[in-house]
Amino acid sequence: MSRNLIIGALLSALFLGLAALSFVWTPYDIATLDIPGKLQGPSGAHLLGTDHFGRDILSMIMMGARSSIAVAVVAVGIGMAIGIPLGLLAAARRGSLLDEVIMRGNDLVFAFPSLVIAILITAVFGASAVNAIIAIGIFNIPVFARLARGAALPLWERDFILAARVCGKSATRISVEHILPNITNLMIVQGTIQFSLGILAEAALSYIGLGAQPPTASWGRMLADAQTLVSIAPHTALVPGFAILLMVLGLNLLGDGLRDWLDPRLRVVRA
Amino acid sequence: MIRYALGRLTSLILSLIVASIVIFAVIEVIPGDPAAFMLGVNARPDTIAALRAEMGLDRSLAVRYADWVAGMLRGDFGQSWTYKTAVSELIADRIWVSLPLAIYALALSTLIAFPAGIYAASRRGSAGDVTIMGATQLGVAIPNFWFAMILVLIFAINLRWFSAGGFPGWDNPLQAIKALTLPAIALALPQAAILARVMRSSLLDMLGEDFMRTARAKGLTRRQALWKHAVRNALIPVLTIIGLQFSFLLAGGIIIEQVFFLPGLGRLIFQSISARDLIVVESVVMILVFVVILVNFLVDLAYAAVDPRLRARA
Repeated sequence: MSRNLIIGALLSALFLGLAALSFVWTPYDIATLDIPGKLQGPSGAHLLGTDHFGRDILSMIMMGARSSIAVAVVAVGIGMAIGIPLGLLAAARRGSLLDEVIMRGNDLVFAFPSLVIAILITAVFGASAVNAIIAIGIFNIPVFARLARGAALPLWERDFILAARVCGKSATRISVEHILPNITNLMIVQGTIQFSLGILAEAALSYIGLGAQPPTASWGRMLADAQTLVSIAPHTALVPGFAILLMVLGLNLLGDGLRDWLDPRLRVVRA
Repeated sequence: MIRYALGRLTSLILSLIVASIVIFAVIEVIPGDPAAFMLGVNARPDTIAALRAEMGLDRSLAVRYADWVAGMLRGDFGQSWTYKTAVSELIADRIWVSLPLAIYALALSTLIAFPAGIYAASRRGSAGDVTIMGATQLGVAIPNFWFAMILVLIFAINLRWFSAGGFPGWDNPLQAIKALTLPAIALALPQAAILARVMRSSLLDMLGEDFMRTARAKGLTRRQALWKHAVRNALIPVLTIIGLQFSFLLAGGIIIEQVFFLPGLGRLIFQSISARDLIVVESVVMILVFVVILVNFLVDLAYAAVDPRLRARA
């Protein structure tokens, strides 16, 4: 296993762990305000300090990890659940009108500036975590559809697929039983990358007030609150920023590491 | 080439049509009446009816869509409900902040990424390569609006080299460029990281090509072969990424404009969203989509112009 994979897995596990832990325990209750104790720097009582309402920042980070991860995971899930079947279908009916329609539809979604459309969606339907998920999820669909099609096409030329066809299996069965297992690794790697992009997108949307709404904690929201305080209490801006940075970095390293690890050809080259 | 260009043009027009339908539909499916949405919960029924008439909401969907599109083709984007001026004027004012910012950021991104990518590829595996690649990993993971806040903290608040936000206008170009510098750096850095990675991997592919061996065999030095043959060919995929980045920078500027209080399209969108001025939101989004699709189209053409294989395939 490469160093990338290990560092990436550890960083990702750290934040997933913090998010999971927040369901049963946080150092402080983030619903309780403590105005006299506001904007304290890191100390023994508050490891990462307190924010402008005197809330414990570590607890906020833990709760924020939960919303960031939830939004990004569901958005990736939407992309996979719709995109992969579309890609498999396009590959199974390659060259047909259906294939053409699916791929041109993909190009079209790619052509949209995702952030602008996400803003439009959340502005019109109201700012909420659910709408942020939909807005981010839509743009994951063509990513997986294109990748699944691209990976499935060469497989259709292989002998074992021919064997399956000779056995009388339908295109759908072949896609599910033979193509899908062979592209799973690739989808997992891409899923990790999209996961990290989702974390960044969620942070951006909630920073501009179009993501999770207060009192739900979110990293982007924390940064928005910290913006006017950055000169008097820099830690309020530094901590959530580093949380996003480390989480995204961890997922990217994990994705890179997984790709190298899951692809035996690359392993041979490196060895 | 002409057939290829016509094909791309058809898809450009199709994309724009579908985009306009989608944007129109999103505005239309707002739960309830757009006029009621714009006026808020406490509006009187007769005010809503008046606004409905003013916005032409009493006409059929198809008529309104055709009207909107026809207006845009003439450069008429309708009247802003809150600003009481033509939307096209609002946009014309703001574009002189957003567009220069995107171009500035793109220039910075390219200036950082090219040398970094070329250096890393030509010294593959060296300490310099490892450092640059490590830095790009950080670069792609940094949320640009947070990086912007850090820049403000260091260069505006502590060092006082730049102002923390605002825009003085183009009357004094030097001041204007200075005001756009921190935002442009914040926008450019994550993009530069991506571009440097693409540049490096594209160049590495080229260094392994047979024509490089031929170039060396005919007596070119490593450096000559690198610059004359590898870098030139490696630029082709890089060009595509630069095109994509421009549209990303234009749209990504929306958030950075919020951080620096720049009066660009981004702030216009947000102010219109909070004022529920849907006509402005609709038009600005359509313009951004148009620019993005247009840039992608131009990149496709440029790509085909430099790579004859692509033309043949189409």
